[in-house]
Amino acid sequence: MKKKVVSILLLTAMAASLLAGCGGKDSGTQTGGSTTNAGGETAGGDTSAEEGQVINIYSFNDELKNRITAVYSEIESTSDDGTTSTLKDGRIIKWIINPNQDGVYQDKLDEALMAQMTAAADDKVDIFAAELDYIVKYTDADSDAAMTLESLGINPATDLADQYEFTKTVGSDQNGVQRGTTWQACPGVLVYRRDIAKEVFGTDDPVEIGKKTADWATMKATAEELKAKGYYAFSSYADTFRTYSNNMAQQWVTTENPNTVKVDQIVMDWVTDSKEWLDAGYFDPTVKGQWNSDWFTAMSSSSKVFAFLFPAWGIDTQMVPNWDGEAGAWAVTNAPLSFNWGGTFLCAATGTDNPQIVKDIILALTANKDNLTEITKKYSEFTNAQSVMSAAASDDTYASEFLGGQNPYGYFSDSLASIKMAPLSAYDQGCVELFQNSFSDYFQGQVDFDKAKSNFETAIMERYPEITTVEWP
Amino acid sequence: MKRKKTVEYSKWGYIFILPFFVSFFIFSLIPLVDTIRYSFYEYYRSGLKQIGPNFVGMENYVSLLKSDMLKYAGNTMILWIIGFIPQIVIALLLASWFVDVRLRIRGQQFFKVVIYLPNLIMASAFAMLFFTLFSNNGPINSILMSIGLTKEPIDFMRTAFGTRSLVGVMNFLMWFGNSTIMLMAAIMGISPDIFEASEIDGCNSVQRFFLITLPMIRPILAYTLITAIIGGLQMFDVPQILTNGQGSPDRTSTTLIMFLNNHLKSKNYGMAGALSVYLFIVSGILCYIVYRITNDDDDDGSKAAARKQKKAERRRG
Repeated sequence: MKKKVVSILLLTAMAASLLAGCGGKDSGTQTGGSTTNAGGETAGGDTSAEEGQVINIYSFNDELKNRITAVYSEIESTSDDGTTSTLKDGRIIKWIINPNQDGVYQDKLDEALMAQMTAAADDKVDIFAAELDYIVKYTDADSDAAMTLESLGINPATDLADQYEFTKTVGSDQNGVQRGTTWQACPGVLVYRRDIAKEVFGTDDPVEIGKKTADWATMKATAEELKAKGYYAFSSYADTFRTYSNNMAQQWVTTENPNTVKVDQIVMDWVTDSKEWLDAGYFDPTVKGQWNSDWFTAMSSSSKVFAFLFPAWGIDTQMVPNWDGEAGAWAVTNAPLSFNWGGTFLCAATGTDNPQIVKDIILALTANKDNLTEITKKYSEFTNAQSVMSAAASDDTYASEFLGGQNPYGYFSDSLASIKMAPLSAYDQGCVELFQNSFSDYFQGQVDFDKAKSNFETAIMERYPEITTVEWP
Repeated sequence: MKRKKTVEYSKWGYIFILPFFVSFFIFSLIPLVDTIRYSFYEYYRSGLKQIGPNFVGMENYVSLLKSDMLKYAGNTMILWIIGFIPQIVIALLLASWFVDVRLRIRGQQFFKVVIYLPNLIMASAFAMLFFTLFSNNGPINSILMSIGLTKEPIDFMRTAFGTRSLVGVMNFLMWFGNSTIMLMAAIMGISPDIFEASEIDGCNSVQRFFLITLPMIRPILAYTLITAIIGGLQMFDVPQILTNGQGSPDRTSTTLIMFLNNHLKSKNYGMAGALSVYLFIVSGILCYIVYRITNDDDDDGSKAAARKQKKAERRRG
């Protein structure tokens, strides 16, 4: 009996010492495996010698797939599991979808792009999606991961003439050559609860409410009125962040000073204002940041939150599913400060073996007026076509049931007209995320102001080893 | 002409153990050596651009010592202790109850399965569950408010104390079943004669536990302790998911592996490698200790005594 126990123990000890090695191994396995996995995702495709049988499209959710299958007429059918679509000429589109969370999408995409030149033709990335927060990483002229639109045969000046100018700027590299384009523009508006507006202000008319939310000073007085009746103006300090950060005068990291993060004065204003607002009780104290269950609950009928700041996609993908009351309880008006939040850009990967089809897809999705009209109708999106949007603003068929029959496109267009798009850098995603995290502790009274600053410095230098200093205004 | 008549069987032994050595070589040894090698290099990715590898000597190690690494080591230890103390106490209690012949607990198998179950849930899923349960508008707060214990929802994850306690509770729930079963095996290994003899001598159950059971399972207890420390050093998924990777508040629940993970966001193999080597050394030392303990065939100390006597004799002679 005793012998048995000891021998079992010996075995487990051996297994344990093996496991112990894991502590040091985590990074190691990635080192060894980083270059081997690139095309693995798409293995098993058509291996015939003919080129361009498979079009690989990388994206981070179903959004792009749904839009393309909705408007690209060459698509005949899509498989039941949604991983492939067959074109009329028999070619296949592969949808390679990895979630954005924790950088998974970018990791997979980076590996694929780095192996792009050596990958088999059918495994090459053809189109990939990039969000506004990290598009600069991919449109960089030196790394040349995304083709210029011109080399693809698209002339931005004529083919994309109907697009909003700022989306073209965002999709361009440091030399001003456009490498990415999008079907959406994301001007933000203020979405508020009609019942709370009626109770507190006696009216739910967007024009009247719009006067009360015209700028931050008036907004503060409005918040005080809301507070007196037991309501919160916004759910959390993270909600207002984009209105500030989108109006930054300078990038987080400039090209002249590539090792320094420069914190803009306007983001520091966000810190001061947010602390003041939270302490004054204008935010719901139970909501910490965005994209968590408390935030989603704040959009439901039981919540005391008056308004959210959202672009069109936010209303459709966040508010509609989280609202549990009758449709028509919300309305849209102008935000205290115009801002743009998000946007999915399409890039053609350098080295694609299907340039013709890639061009067709990009044009169908971003430059075809009928298609963009269809997307607007189907997904209530603010699409990247000036003529369609200005028509929609005065067309009552675009009225939204969720907004109680209000046509929001006028407010979106107004917001867009005054957007001062902040210059982007490749570090935006990390800076925005880590800045909010670090100061979250400060807002909740866990650390003092200076500690929050130094926590941000630690975190940003951990994330980006090339950053050596942080400059505060 | 003479022929060798013996049949070689030993080659089969080598063939059967070959798969282990091949997979160990490919999946453990090569990455391990690579990790150590890269820890001396500046090697990371900036956007899509690869920086390095440039040899920098011990720079990564030095800058790690200058960073908050020791603070995170402290966090890891605190988080581990909060979970481990209740874990070992409850496991010892349950184990001695389960094997006690005189208690004759019914449905032993059922309870063994139930206490082991939490360990079968993926740690990240478990953390996600706790995150939802204890969120400000979550079920726990609803219950507390509806029975009138609190008026305002309690923000469990706002303070370091709350977050660390939650991590500790989760680790406790996940691992006490495992320890219980391990300790039960150890207690069952004790000869029943000893228990019988103690009863005849008039031992009560408390004395029996402290004077017989505990000393007799000492090696396995030590083994459990050290494997738990090694597991604790590698604590990652529970605090990572619970705090959304931030180790909030004020990085007080950032563990060493979360710190390592932060470096891997920029594929900083140099810095992550150096941190891994530090961890490897600590785990190595702990492994050595557990190896010594479990290979100890000198249960009653007779061999040590014999050695001592021999030495003494030699000195005399």
